Amino acid sequence: MPEQKVLLAGTDKHDLTKLAEYQAIGGYGKGLERARAMTSEELIDELQRATLRGRGGAGFPMGRKASLIDRKSSKPKYLVVNADESEPGAFKDRQVMAEVPHRLIEGCLIAAHAIESTSVFIYIRGEYLTEYEILQGAVDEARAAGLFGGVEITVHRGAGAYICGEETALLESLEGKRGQPRPRPPFPPIQGLYYAPTQINNVCTIATVPTILTIGAEEFAKTGVPSSPGTAIFSISGNVVRPGNYELPLGTPMRELIYEHAGGIANGRELKAVIPGGSSVPALTPDQIDVPLDYDSLGAIGTFFGAASLIVVDDRCCMVQLALRSTKFYAHESCGKCTPCRVGTRWMVQILESIENGTATRADLDLLDSVGDNILGKVLCALGEFAVYPVASYLHKWRDEFVAHVEQGGCPFHGSSSLEGILAPSDQHAHAEVLV
Amino acid sequence: MTTFFDEVQEIRKRYPAGARSATLPALRLAQEKHGWLSREAIEETADALEVTPAFCYSVASFYDMFHLEPVGRHTIEICTNLPCALCGAQKVVEAFESALGISAGETTADGEVTLRAVECLGGCGYATVVAVDHRYRQNVKAEDAAEIVEGLDA
Ligand SMILES: Cc1cc2nc3c(=O)[nH]c(=O)nc-3n(C[C@H](O)[C@H](O)[C@H](O)COP(=O)(O)O)c2cc1C
Ligand code: SF4
Ligand code: FES
Repeated sequence: MPEQKVLLAGTDKHDLTKLAEYQAIGGYGKGLERARAMTSEELIDELQRATLRGRGGAGFPMGRKASLIDRKSSKPKYLVVNADESEPGAFKDRQVMAEVPHRLIEGCLIAAHAIESTSVFIYIRGEYLTEYEILQGAVDEARAAGLFGGVEITVHRGAGAYICGEETALLESLEGKRGQPRPRPPFPPIQGLYYAPTQINNVCTIATVPTILTIGAEEFAKTGVPSSPGTAIFSISGNVVRPGNYELPLGTPMRELIYEHAGGIANGRELKAVIPGGSSVPALTPDQIDVPLDYDSLGAIGTFFGAASLIVVDDRCCMVQLALRSTKFYAHESCGKCTPCRVGTRWMVQILESIENGTATRADLDLLDSVGDNILGKVLCALGEFAVYPVASYLHKWRDEFVAHVEQGGCPFHGSSSLEGILAPSDQHAHAEVLV
Repeated sequence: MTTFFDEVQEIRKRYPAGARSATLPALRLAQEKHGWLSREAIEETADALEVTPAFCYSVASFYDMFHLEPVGRHTIEICTNLPCALCGAQKVVEAFESALGISAGETTADGEVTLRAVECLGGCGYATVVAVDHRYRQNVKAEDAAEIVEGLDA
């Protein structure tokens, strides 16, 4: 299947960062007009019929989320766009903001109308400076052209914290606090930003909305698979010939993305593992890559669609090192609020270090599992699970390799692993931890 | 000339009255002005936001992009997360370390350049990603390190 551009439509031939060019291809046109002619109920109904599933990770239908907004509340309603994109492997939202910022803005205007909101915040990760400038420029241009119709859009920059991609941590951060997740309930549609009803969606979710309104929910739903209509931008990285972003219909076989679009495994190596949703999800073995890329098909084989971001790993990689580097990330990013996550992730790092350097025993492999089990279900947000799921998959699917470390008293790759010696940020400024 | 205080008041207007949402933007502005979040910078921010310095400090310490210690005039930040790591990020780190004569996490003795490894920058398909003074360079190879260091403006 060739690439099918919906979110990225028009980017081949136009500079869509410019308002005039975006309008020349129909932007802020029929879709926005149709939406504004509808009542909130009609618009939410249209979005529900499109079954647009959230592209930020959980895949919750966007229209259904909008229907949960507490519209009887006397407080203002807020729309918040999650542009914190920090999941290792993900770089799709960045391309949308850099190349089609107006499609995101138009999506904001339509989604705001659906929940009767006049106040939109786009929370963009602090590191995305160039993308912030482009997006802010587009917001200013569209506002000056009188397209906002009473809505205000504020672009708010983060300051470097992966956890702020978690929706309630994002709200805390947007309120000017430390980005620590909130206990739920209450859920954001009831009590979100400033304790008012809030709709939170990923950049790609919102940027898909103008197309739904332009072509209609039924037409939109003809692409992709019935349970997950539409296209998604897949980020593919790691050991492939042509890494990058590819927009494809949902349900495209993973093999096709890896071997046709991305050109297969680089340097004549063999495929060893694919982490399909960003580094937080269970990995797949080479015999599992015929799976269609959609939420339910990936769920059926024990992993997640996640951030539609595939990390492809070739046979030079030591899976213990992969687990260790991954866990150092999640341990570093744990907000520290729940003891099992704060302490458990650090403990996992220590156990993985001992396995890698050959001082662990077989009992430590079981210990690694049980430390993970003691995080799952006992913490406030999914970051804890994100630390455990991938590691548990490496340990179970590549158990021989873990056992070999223990039996040989060290890494069977003898210094030749592609991840040998990789430095993690937490290795270099250990003193900063004391401050927190 | 608008003062820092005035600029912060402008930022506060973007958010509902009474909200503390201007905290991150104000801290960023203070850091741009002072180079890092010194005690003085934190106090100035707290005054402008009408909150305590302790509140500002506690917020700032949560975020990786806020510096509570002096940093170099330039920063070179190399992503070493999995996708970049699988494509050779460690060699890039080592090349910058030798070009600068320091280890990752350190600042050159003349206070010019801070080198650090960072988590995923969101450019994984274009490994290795290096942020040079917050602008991304993509597909950076070990061979490029010397040239990037030389290209930093004096
Ligand atoms: C630790 C953690 C990090 C997350 N990071 C992001 C992120 O960077 N971007 C994003 O859109 N969603 C992220 N999510 C998911 C959000 O909590 C939320 O489900 C999503 O923004 C909802 O948007 P959607 O329904 O459009 O997918 C993260 C979740 C967790 C637990
Ligand atoms: S699970 Fe971890 S990141 Fe999430 S709230 Fe608890 S400590 Fe913070
Ligand atoms: S892993 Fe380097 S940019 Fe994502």
